[in-house]
Amino acid sequence: MFDITVNGVKHQVDVVSEMPLLWVLRDELGITSPKYGCGIALCGACTVQVDGEAVRSCQARMADVAGKAVTTIEGVGNGKLHPVQEAWIEHQVAQCGYCQTGQMIQAISLLKTHPKPTDKDINEVMSGNLCRCGTYERIRVAIHAAAEKIGGE
Amino acid sequence: MGATPGLSRRAFVFGSAAVAGGVAFGSYGRAEETPASPAPTNPLAADLGPDSVAFNPWVEISPDRITLIAQHADIGQGIGSIQPVMIAEELDLEFGQFEIRFAGPSPAYFNTGFAHELAPFMAADQSPEAEKARAVALESLRQSGLQMTGGSSAIPDTYEKLRVAGAVARETLKAAAASRSGVAVADIRTEAGHVILPDGTKIPYVALSAEAAKIPPVTDVKLRDPSQWRLIGKPMERLDTRAKVTGEIMFGIDRKMDGMVYAAVKLNPNKGQPIKSYDASKAQSMPGVRQILKLSNGVAVIATNSWYAMQAADLVECIWEPSKYPAEQAGHWDIVQSSFTPEFLAKQWRNDGDIDAGLKEGTLLEAEYRAPYVGHQPLEPLNGIGIVTDDGMEIWVGHQTPQSVQYIAANAIGMKPEQVTFHNEWSGGSFGHRLEFENVRALAEIANQLRGTPVKIVFSREQDFLQDIPRQIAMGRYRGSVKDGKIVAADVQVAATPPFKELLGRMGMPPKAPDGQLAVGIWNMYYDIPNYRAASFEVQGVSPSTTWRSVGASANGFFTESFIDELIHAAGLDPLQARIDMCKIPIYRKLLETVGEMADWKGPLGNGKGRGVAFVESFGTSVAEIVEVTMTDAGIKIDKVWVAADVGKVLDPINFENQVQGGVVWGLGHAMNCELTYANGAVQQTNYNHHEAMRMYQCPVIEVRGLENDYTVRGLGEPPVPPAAPALANAIFAATGKRIREMPFNKFIDFV
Repeated sequence: MFDITVNGVKHQVDVVSEMPLLWVLRDELGITSPKYGCGIALCGACTVQVDGEAVRSCQARMADVAGKAVTTIEGVGNGKLHPVQEAWIEHQVAQCGYCQTGQMIQAISLLKTHPKPTDKDINEVMSGNLCRCGTYERIRVAIHAAAEKIGGE
Repeated sequence: MGATPGLSRRAFVFGSAAVAGGVAFGSYGRAEETPASPAPTNPLAADLGPDSVAFNPWVEISPDRITLIAQHADIGQGIGSIQPVMIAEELDLEFGQFEIRFAGPSPAYFNTGFAHELAPFMAADQSPEAEKARAVALESLRQSGLQMTGGSSAIPDTYEKLRVAGAVARETLKAAAASRSGVAVADIRTEAGHVILPDGTKIPYVALSAEAAKIPPVTDVKLRDPSQWRLIGKPMERLDTRAKVTGEIMFGIDRKMDGMVYAAVKLNPNKGQPIKSYDASKAQSMPGVRQILKLSNGVAVIATNSWYAMQAADLVECIWEPSKYPAEQAGHWDIVQSSFTPEFLAKQWRNDGDIDAGLKEGTLLEAEYRAPYVGHQPLEPLNGIGIVTDDGMEIWVGHQTPQSVQYIAANAIGMKPEQVTFHNEWSGGSFGHRLEFENVRALAEIANQLRGTPVKIVFSREQDFLQDIPRQIAMGRYRGSVKDGKIVAADVQVAATPPFKELLGRMGMPPKAPDGQLAVGIWNMYYDIPNYRAASFEVQGVSPSTTWRSVGASANGFFTESFIDELIHAAGLDPLQARIDMCKIPIYRKLLETVGEMADWKGPLGNGKGRGVAFVESFGTSVAEIVEVTMTDAGIKIDKVWVAADVGKVLDPINFENQVQGGVVWGLGHAMNCELTYANGAVQQTNYNHHEAMRMYQCPVIEVRGLENDYTVRGLGEPPVPPAAPALANAIFAATGKRIREMPFNKFIDFV
């Protein structure tokens, strides 16, 4: 049995210690916003926060995240939309949308370390998140917009 | 304009009649003689609740809700949003006042949007002959009853019929309100989900559902003039945007059911071949594993969780029946190369002037081009949920061809297609992947062995790659001549596997006619070249192939627009101006001029910079693109892309821009970085590190302009793709002097 807190709610799960957090969230707890894309940290669709850090949940073993606080896109805004989510809506980034929860979690992490990121900063950090629909240009624009929102608060 | 003289008639894609899943594909010739079939019954009628009304197959109103039906599958292109918006425009509904539901299978949802593609006339041709052929093609589609999302057809299909559906519902609700109140219909209006009487009384639509159900729908309706539109054509928030940002949207892979078991598969990577034997002893004892099942082409592991199932499936040792196609990639290319013979000639699509004489004039150019197999690999892997009972199967899966899901699933388990109940899902991309059936077949076989238990199948990314039926493999052999600053002749030969013909074959309706997709990009070429010949050859005996975003044009557009560029260069002309001067269709000329204005094209740039232009019409939509690159010490950097596309009418301007940008990224990324190659009968690329497409660091700024000069409304999901690769290759030539004639380009030049 492992304890884990997701978006402030405590859960107990009975899985093998090697099970990646992604599958604990999706199949054991029914929290489906982190997506399975590649399974080997190539696409970023599974990105969640573990104790505030952006992590590829397909690579985080249950034994290593037990007892920690996990935040998925549902939890990033504390009941409201996070400024990154607002920017994502205003710029209508999503096409199929499958990668976008991971993109937004990664963008939130980027903005913590780079409050006013350049295009180069964005390209460097966000290139690990694959979007097969090709929304990259809109993601860049939305990240700049979110930076302004957060900076203006 | 009349039919362009000198063009040979294109064969109809849907050649002869075939029957699949209760769906009959009428042949074109027969459709001309057969009277129109009666309108199919409204598929919504069967499940209608009490006091509810379904005015037509797209609008359902009950006492507590308004539901608008999306007949086309949403695979990320935004059609799940614009379909209800078109209904809401005429029905006077505001966002938030209705729900969206995907349609089940029904001939009532037959796709009218393929009529243009089926009729053997150029997209711009408005002659009476062309229109007559389109009408006949439409009747053939009606008889087929085929409901399919694809071929950039959804908007042409629904643009009129969904607005009519909304107007019929509106007028019927008004009639119901008139009969209740005794007021004349002419004095009644509608606004924001309410019927409004002359005294200001507002009746919600839902309060009229029972009465509206008792009167025949008012079908004599007049559509509003576009100048009156509140929604269409204006910037709007796609209806799925918010749910995709909050994480609430439920894709097929996210669905869960009580009592559900999880399945993962290991299938024969030698596509189309069965399994010989297997050893599951290691897998059997893995945690979470319940059962190992044998399937016709592999094994399935049943477990309590998808990850347990995938881990165990990896450990099953399988002996596969070897491939019928060459085990090694070189063998595939050998067959392609040897297909340029009369035996494999699919069709000579054009023969203008005198090609042999033309090629003898001036300077002769010859070039050979290649386009490899490429994967679809939408980020949501193949999945589905199914439950089989003695009475039938119910299946939940994101798919573009509902009736074919019924056909494939039923065939796999010895049932009849009508015994399969299909529910569509929001899909995390497709690009043609969800027109195929690998997940559907496996799911049906598994659920059939576990009757009564809901089964969820999720393909691992590796299995998804291994089972992905790729884009056609293609080769172009081009010859041409230039003299005195003019292109005198071009002889265009393409050998490729026939992607759409093969898909139809798997759907149980193999056409006899050559694949019209192999004509796209060589037949519909609009430059004034006095001696022009174009033919396609059908490659047989290699890997199966299928439709991949933009299909035939994805390869042919690259070949043709690259070769045109070579001829233009040899003739000493400017790549953009020469195209404008040679272009025969005024609205296409305008498109080239527009993209030139956007980019401020003024000829060569120098300093290691280069620009390339390309223009391709596919699925009726013409798109012109300019790519600018810089040759850096580390390789080619793509600086910027300009795109002009003419769709007749831009319905959702923000989504329009997003789709064009995405299409360009798709076209560039795969041209630069992707191929699938076979070794030992299986593809060697099994995850995104081997099939990278484009990531953000390579993505340029993409400036988009939509034109509305075309005489009819066109689709946009695919047409921005084909010009991207040749525009990039032409830009690389302008910057470096190096011609790249084979995709992926990164085999020949580095990109930063």
